[in-house]
Amino acid sequence: MNAYLGMPAFPEAARAALADTQLRRNLGRATSTIRAKRARVVGEMPDWEQLRATGAAVKDHTLRHLDTYLERFEQAVRNAGGHVHWARDAAEANRVVLDVTRAHGARDVVKVKSIVTQEIGLNEALADAGVSAWETDLAELIVQLGDDFPSHFLVPAIHRNRTEIRDIFRERMAGAGRPAPDDLTDDPPRLTEAARLHLRQKFLRTKVGISGANFAVADSGTLVVVESEGNGRMCLTLPDVLVSVVGIEKLVPSWADLEVFLQLLPRSATAERMNPYTSTWSGVTPGDGPQEVHVVLLDNGRTRALADAVGRQALRCIRCSACLNVCPVYERVGGHAYGSVYPGPIGAILNPLLHGTADPHDAALPYASSLCGACYEVCPVAIDIPSVLVEQRAEVVDAKRASRRPDPERTALRAAAWLLSDAGRMERAERVASRSRPLAERVRRLPGPLAGWTDSRDLPAPPAESFRAWWRRTRG
Amino acid sequence: MRVGLFVTCVNDAVLPETGKATVRLLERLGCDVDFPMAQTCCGQMHFNSGYRRECVPIVRGFVDAFRGYDAIVVPSGSCAGMAKHYHETVAAEAGDERLRADVAAAAPRVHELSEFLVDVLGVVDVGAKFPHRVTYHPTCHSLRLLGVGDRPLRLLRAVDGLDLVELPAANECCGFGGTFALKNPDVSTAMGADKVAHVLETEAEIVVAGDNSCLTHIGGLLGRLRTGVRAMHLAEVLASTGAGA
Ligand code: SF4
Repeated sequence: MNAYLGMPAFPEAARAALADTQLRRNLGRATSTIRAKRARVVGEMPDWEQLRATGAAVKDHTLRHLDTYLERFEQAVRNAGGHVHWARDAAEANRVVLDVTRAHGARDVVKVKSIVTQEIGLNEALADAGVSAWETDLAELIVQLGDDFPSHFLVPAIHRNRTEIRDIFRERMAGAGRPAPDDLTDDPPRLTEAARLHLRQKFLRTKVGISGANFAVADSGTLVVVESEGNGRMCLTLPDVLVSVVGIEKLVPSWADLEVFLQLLPRSATAERMNPYTSTWSGVTPGDGPQEVHVVLLDNGRTRALADAVGRQALRCIRCSACLNVCPVYERVGGHAYGSVYPGPIGAILNPLLHGTADPHDAALPYASSLCGACYEVCPVAIDIPSVLVEQRAEVVDAKRASRRPDPERTALRAAAWLLSDAGRMERAERVASRSRPLAERVRRLPGPLAGWTDSRDLPAPPAESFRAWWRRTRG
Repeated sequence: MRVGLFVTCVNDAVLPETGKATVRLLERLGCDVDFPMAQTCCGQMHFNSGYRRECVPIVRGFVDAFRGYDAIVVPSGSCAGMAKHYHETVAAEAGDERLRADVAAAAPRVHELSEFLVDVLGVVDVGAKFPHRVTYHPTCHSLRLLGVGDRPLRLLRAVDGLDLVELPAANECCGFGGTFALKNPDVSTAMGADKVAHVLETEAEIVVAGDNSCLTHIGGLLGRLRTGVRAMHLAEVLASTGAGA
């Protein structure tokens, strides 16, 4: 449902991605570098495991009492002169942002990097109403100018290398504002200089800023944005009006709780001990920064996820992307194959939790994993992604059972279950297999869905005598 | 010590040499090994594919078959992990209190082979001889679900004549993943290709692991590519006394 337009479901999209040599090279390099760095800075922390456990516990507590904390947050923002809006879904949230923008007669807005506004398709909704939304994060700018989709939380253009970026800047910047210099090279300082000049013009001219938030502190009504480039700080301070779209799972009770996450997030995300810019604001500060502040609290499937006893732990996610960087599947296929702004292991569970599994894109995602558990191992809030994945597979299977349509997989697995529920049946089946075994030691081609195995791999042929038969013959 | 061998359905039906080697090894170390004939499978394939309901009779069969043994030894990290960590989930979901109690009684007695040897029997040198160049793949479920750590490596290092070469990027998944290998065969193969490339880098003759499902995948790729490198279960190496391999 929220899948990127026209993208096939995971197995097919992944197959295409695997054949993209440039993509695999870009991704392989980027993920292995960040993996090694993260391991180093996490290794420095003697209390990392306690921090993780605390992070998970704080989030669980907040989610359990979400009603209380949401109202506390709302009251605190109002007391500080801010406006709070509640949005059940994407359409309601987009409507609020558009209404505020229109009330100020703005034709364009500047944006802080935010995944939630991509989730709700805000840029497209604004464009439909004639308002241009400018991404100001360097990587998001690359994605936006390239008419592309993000493929990673933190490095949305991770699938691009610097030569590709130079070409995008040269060809597209002029259409969006200040053009790139003619002699632009792919030297990173030159590329960032071009982006800086292009964006500076927008920061100074635009009246409305749009952001998400990494955290929302209930006690004080404070929103927090954690970033590296400082572009976010510009968007949060220069415009007259600021609208922030915040998923309801972003809450933490207090500043003392926030401290835990400000340790967990940068090390897990960019492998830094502390990120360069942490911006916080609580409503309006007279004479300083935006004088009209709006917060849109967004559900859009989060209460659906919260109702899932096993899956609700996914709402602890702080979008650090450590699970993407260690995922052997993500590393090989990249983010686009997941067809969502939430890719990788967390995307594989979050999308079905937010929208259910009726859409084939969502239904394929719980299977887009070998269940190796590398994601769970690094997750700073200890989300047991493999357990949620198998839980959601059960949901997909149960939905198919209910539809009563014939399904070869179900038939095969039910037959296998019948066989495996009784040792006598299993022994008879083994005897049949031994008797009808091929002469070769290895099987090189199997029919039907099993061809997926033998297309690339041999399979051992059944033995002349099963273990059970051997035991019976020698010990029985 | 009365040991119940849970050989696993794959080893029983397809790769019986692993089971035989486990029996030889455990008996050599003085265990009283029994193979309860009522055993079938741990239910992992059904559980991981989303067929929870079908798991219930399989889990029931498991706990019934292994009643009364001091230890339940499993030559497979993923099957041991299933019995230790997820049988509880199956029983709880089925709402069957008796099954829950039986699972709670069985789970702590379940041991993956290397963990049983090192922690329960307290041996590292199992008296094996295996004069070959070998590399070891740790398999995800042994590594992350069970946390067997370096136990298999300690066992291998103590084997007479064995030349153990470190596998680069050892902790990375081989790409088997059960039904993943069938549902996403392309990604699975791409992951396996990288694993195989690392195995070949070591110039080992044999890649060893504690799980025949991963080994079937890695070995299947090695075989298809005619590399001449073999995949072999840890139990078979540890059971070996030098006469052939
Ligand atoms: S699931 Fe965990 S590791 Fe992945 S992005 Fe969220 S917090 Fe980070």
